[in-house]
Amino acid sequence: MADLPANAPKEIESVAAMIGATSAAPAAAGVDRDARFPSEAIDALRREHLLSVLVPAALGGAGASIVEVAGAVEALGQHCASTAMVYAMHQIQVHCLVRHGRTPALEGYLRELAAAELLLASATTEVGIGGDVRASGCALERRDDRFHLEKQAPVISYGANADGILVTARTSAASPANDQVLVLCRRSSTLLTETSGWDTLGFRGTCSLGFRLSAEGPVDEVLADSFADIAAQTMLPTSHIVWSSVWLGIATSAVSTARRFIRNEARKSPGRAPAAAVRLAELVATLQEFSELVHGAARRYRECEDDTSELSSLGFAIAMNSLKLSSSAYVVDIVTRAMSVIGISAYREDSEYSLGRLLRDAHGAPLMINNDRIAGHNAQMLLVHKGE
Amino acid sequence: MGDTSSGGGMTDTIRRIIDDEGRLAVDVSALDDDTNLYDAGLTSHASVNLMLALEDAFDIEFPDEMLRKQTFESVAAIRAALEELTTASMPQS
Repeated sequence: MADLPANAPKEIESVAAMIGATSAAPAAAGVDRDARFPSEAIDALRREHLLSVLVPAALGGAGASIVEVAGAVEALGQHCASTAMVYAMHQIQVHCLVRHGRTPALEGYLRELAAAELLLASATTEVGIGGDVRASGCALERRDDRFHLEKQAPVISYGANADGILVTARTSAASPANDQVLVLCRRSSTLLTETSGWDTLGFRGTCSLGFRLSAEGPVDEVLADSFADIAAQTMLPTSHIVWSSVWLGIATSAVSTARRFIRNEARKSPGRAPAAAVRLAELVATLQEFSELVHGAARRYRECEDDTSELSSLGFAIAMNSLKLSSSAYVVDIVTRAMSVIGISAYREDSEYSLGRLLRDAHGAPLMINNDRIAGHNAQMLLVHKGE
Repeated sequence: MGDTSSGGGMTDTIRRIIDDEGRLAVDVSALDDDTNLYDAGLTSHASVNLMLALEDAFDIEFPDEMLRKQTFESVAAIRAALEELTTASMPQS
């Protein structure tokens, strides 16, 4: 047995909550101000073996499910949205590797990931392609048992801090844009040249800079399944669930601040509820809707995660896209209403009830994979899907 | 299984619709009945237009449980789905 046993799945959320409170929260304002990587919290997640929780126990991980991971992301999101988003994006990549790697070399990499708590990033978008992850311009060049890949990535979140990057590319130079593979690019054999910065309203600690990526590696570190299947069965549903969990964490934090404010107001005038207490009650009801939506989606995915037929159905894709549309609207609505419950103290940057950072983070939600694009996809699918 | 002549006519119609709606990277005549259309460049966007055109041409509606990638992944798979739908509707007609 390993001397440091991996966390049992049920402990994952509470360990994440502890790290959120003790490592992420104290650094959150500085991470946001300086747009720097939340290294304290990520180091703490690494120390507590939380980076490898999705890796099967046989390969040294905790064998956790998407439900537990979503819970951990939500717990982190209550303290530092950038930390939660980095953790969420890492888990999307691990989930893809666990479910679609299927080569001895990638199984070996998962063992390494669990032993060293490696951090994975993603390079799916490409300069000149727009935001469509299901199309690539760059192509894998294979020579004997090695590959070489050059990609202009407009965004690789925390690329400079990652130990490995999963990158999409066309299968070969002769392949159409949507015939894609996903390939592991190890830090040690990847050259990243910074091409753009990351100075945004929110999620500033994700350090989502642009890079020119130049990588090589063995061809058996190309994931076995086609990216079409990886995207439909794992990357898209996992992304929408863990992102929604980040946003639920933000919303929960905003509502907690509003509750604290109203309690404090009530203490100042005993016997008379503050005027905004009614709006807080309505806000708590909306947060409950949001919470049930996200938790339900995570359970739904866990229940059908081995049913490839269900996962590749239009109905499932529409449901996961709808989750993203709704969640990203909920978080903006809830943080905005929490601000109106609190009033000027939430608007102030120098108050203990300030919601400035949360409001800026929340507004990223509808924009990361723009909701217009996702609504457009659903609109298209609804032309044939009957919902019967 | 349908007889050879109607199967042939159905296949020709399927191929014509793929040619019109599939926006493939290659000419549809270059594809075998079992060639994977997604590998040939069929996007999810184009596949929806393909589904709509098939519903229109064969006067059928694909039920939701058939709306998955595997149903439309090749000429042969589409033909099998259409045969299943037209056979299933026969006893009622």
